[in-house]
Amino acid sequence: MNKLWLIIKREYLTRVTKKTFILATLGTPLALALFLAAEVWILTYESESNRIAVVDDAALVGTDKALKDSKTIKFFVRKESLEELKEKYAELDYSGVLYLPENLTQNDKRDVRVEYYSEDKLGIVSKEYIEKIISKRIENQRVARSGYDQKVLDGFETKVEMKQKTTIVGEEDEKSFSAEIATFIGFFIGYLMFFVVMIYGQMVMRSVMEEKTNRIVEVIISSVKPFQLMLGKIMGVGMVGLTQLGIWAILIPAIVMLSSFFLQGAIDPSAMEDLGGLGGDFDQESTQEYILKAMEELGTMNWWAIIPISLMFFLAGYFLYSSIFAALGSAVGDDVEEAQSLTIPVTLLLGIGFFLAFASIRNPNSSMAFWSSLIPFFSPIIMPARLAFNPPWWEIALSLVLLIITSLLFVWLSARIYRVGILMYGKKASVKEIGKWVFYKE
Amino acid sequence: MPMNVLELIDVVKRYENHTAVDNVSFTVPQGTIYGLLGPNGAGKTSLIRIITTITRADHGTVLLNGEKINTSTPSKIGYMPEERGLYKKMKVGDQLMYLAQLKGLTKKKAKSEIDGWMEKFDIESWWDRRVEELSKGMQQKIQFISTIMHRPNLLILDEPFSGLDPINTNLIKDEIYQLNQEGTSIIFSTHRMEQVEEICEHIVLINKGKKVLDGNVRAIKLQNKENLYRIDYEGTLPNHIGDQFKLESSSDKELLIKVAPGEDSNQLLAALIRNNVHVTSFSEVLPTLNDIFIKQVGSSDE
Repeated sequence: MNKLWLIIKREYLTRVTKKTFILATLGTPLALALFLAAEVWILTYESESNRIAVVDDAALVGTDKALKDSKTIKFFVRKESLEELKEKYAELDYSGVLYLPENLTQNDKRDVRVEYYSEDKLGIVSKEYIEKIISKRIENQRVARSGYDQKVLDGFETKVEMKQKTTIVGEEDEKSFSAEIATFIGFFIGYLMFFVVMIYGQMVMRSVMEEKTNRIVEVIISSVKPFQLMLGKIMGVGMVGLTQLGIWAILIPAIVMLSSFFLQGAIDPSAMEDLGGLGGDFDQESTQEYILKAMEELGTMNWWAIIPISLMFFLAGYFLYSSIFAALGSAVGDDVEEAQSLTIPVTLLLGIGFFLAFASIRNPNSSMAFWSSLIPFFSPIIMPARLAFNPPWWEIALSLVLLIITSLLFVWLSARIYRVGILMYGKKASVKEIGKWVFYKE
Repeated sequence: MPMNVLELIDVVKRYENHTAVDNVSFTVPQGTIYGLLGPNGAGKTSLIRIITTITRADHGTVLLNGEKINTSTPSKIGYMPEERGLYKKMKVGDQLMYLAQLKGLTKKKAKSEIDGWMEKFDIESWWDRRVEELSKGMQQKIQFISTIMHRPNLLILDEPFSGLDPINTNLIKDEIYQLNQEGTSIIFSTHRMEQVEEICEHIVLINKGKKVLDGNVRAIKLQNKENLYRIDYEGTLPNHIGDQFKLESSSDKELLIKVAPGEDSNQLLAALIRNNVHVTSFSEVLPTLNDIFIKQVGSSDE
C-alpha cells in the first residue's frame, strides 16, 4: 500500500509540476478571462464621457437640450461655426464636433447624413447611439410636420417574437425552456466526459510506453508488483485529471461571474434603455431576459446529484478505458505507429459513445437512450449527459453497477496483459498473442 | 547466517514454445563474486527475473539467505538490469529518493544514503539536474547508486560494464570489490568470459536453459586442463625434438607441449634438459573459460 502511494505520488507530482500542465490548467481559464476582459475593454473603451460639441445648422435641436445625454455622451449645442469649432474644440475640452448640416430636414429623404469631426474615432456603441438619437429626432420632427399624433403612432407599434417548436413524427414534443437548458448541459457533460477520458487514458498509455522504452520498468518491478505500478499510474494520472477539472470548476465560473459583474457595470443600463426605448433593432432586452432565465434554470438543476454522479461515472469510465490503454501501451513499447493503430478501435468505441450520447440527449426518454446507457463502454458518456433530464434512479444505479463491474474486470484483464507486455521486447505482439498473455502464469 | 546467500534447486521456467530455464540448480556462497555465464539467449535474464521475483518459476525452489523468496525479497536484492533505465525528465535526487523508497527505505534513511553515495562519487551537485542532461557514463553512476543504496546483501549486475568507458569501468569495478569486501554477495551476469575470469571466484555456466557446469573457477580450470605446458628456452632446439614430444606449437623461443596421460611434468622437464634444451621458463597452461565453454557446448559464444 505504501509503495502504491509512492507511485501515485510520483505520477501525480511529476505531471502537476510540469510547465505544460500548469500552462494548460491556468492558461485555459486565463485565456477565457482575457477573452472576456477584451470584451469588457471593447465595450467600456469609451466609457470616459465624450463631450460632443453640436453645430446645429439644421436647426434640428434648438438651444434646449433636445438631444438626450447618455452616461458616456454629453451634447453641447454651440453657437460657433463649424470651421471655428473644428479649430478649437480640443481647447474647449470637447471630444469632437457633431455637424448637422443645413439641408438635413429639408426634403423627406430616407438616408440622411451628419458629420462628426474629431481626432479620435467614436466607438460603435456611441456611434449607434448618436445615429439613433438624431434619426429619432428627425422622425419626430417629420411626424409633427405631417400633423399626425405621436401617441397614436406609438400605439401602432407591434413586437413579434417567434417561438420555435419542434415536432417529431410519431411523438409531439414541445421543447420547454428547461429542456433546452438540460440539452445544453447534457452536451457539455458529454463532451467533457469524452475528452477527459480520452486525454487522460492516452496519457496513461504514453507513460507506460515511455517506461517500457527507457527500460526503467524492469528496475521498478524488481521492487513492486506490476499491478501496483499500473494501478498507481492510473490513479496518479486520474488525480491529475481531477485536479485540472477541479481547478477549472472553480476558476471558470469565478471568471465568468466576475466578468459578467464587470460587464454589467461597464454597459450603462440607462444607455441600453435609451436604445431600447428608441426602438433600436438590437434586441438587448430579450437577450438579457434570456440570460437571466437561463441562469435561473441552471440554478434549479439538481447539481447536488448531477455532479457527484457524473464524477462516479467519470472515475469508473476512466478506470475502464485507461486500463485498456495501459495494456495496449505495455504491448507496443516504443512503436508509436503501432500504438496508434491499436488505439483506433478504443477511440472508436469512445466515439460511438459520444454520438449515442448526443442522440440520447435529443430523445432522452427513448429506448435507445435506455439501452445504450446500460452498455459499460458507452455509459460513462451517455448517462452523465442524460442526468439533466432526470432519468429514473434505478436506471442510473443499474448503469453504474454494470459499469463498475466491467471496469474492475478490465483492470484485472489489463493487469494480466500488462505484467507480460512490459517485459516483452523485440518481436511484435499480435492481438491474438496479447490475448494469450491473459492466461500466462506469473 | 547461512553459508549460501542464494540457492536454486531444480528451477524450471517454460514459455509458450520454449523452456527458458531447464532444471537449473546452483548455489552462491555467502560473500563471493559469482559469475552467471552463458551466451546471449541462454536464459540468464530469465533466471535473474525469477530470483528478483519479477517472474515466478514454474517449478523448483529459490532460497535467499536460506528462506524461500517472498515479497520481502526485493528489498534485500539490488538488481541492475542489462538495459539501463531511468526517468529521463526526473531530477537525479528525486529519482533516487523515489527508487530508494520503493525499496522500502524511509525518507530520512534514503536521503542520508543517497547523500553519502553522491559524495563518494563526487556528484553532489547533480541533485537538481535532470537525468536527460547527463552523459551516458554519468547516468550509469546514478543507475549504480540506485542499485546499491538500500544496502542489499545480494547484488545482481547484468552486464554491468556494457557501454562504459575504461575509467568508469574501473570505478564500478572498484566499487564492486569494495562492496564485496564489506560482505555483499554479488552475482555478475555476462556473456563475456574474460571479464569473469578476472573478477569471479565461482561461476555457473548455462546454455540453452541448462546448466553446463558450475563451481570454483580454478577448480573448473584444473578439471578441464589438457596437460599443456609452455616452455621458454634460449639457444637452439635439437632437430629431432618433434619426434620425442607432442608439440602443440613451436615458435621462436617458445614451445607448447602436451604431456601424455600417465606422465607428469617433471618427466617432461627432465627429458627437455636431457635433450640440451636451455629452459628459461616452464609453466602449465590452464584453459580459459572461453575454451572450456566452447569445448563443453561445442559452439562459439554469440
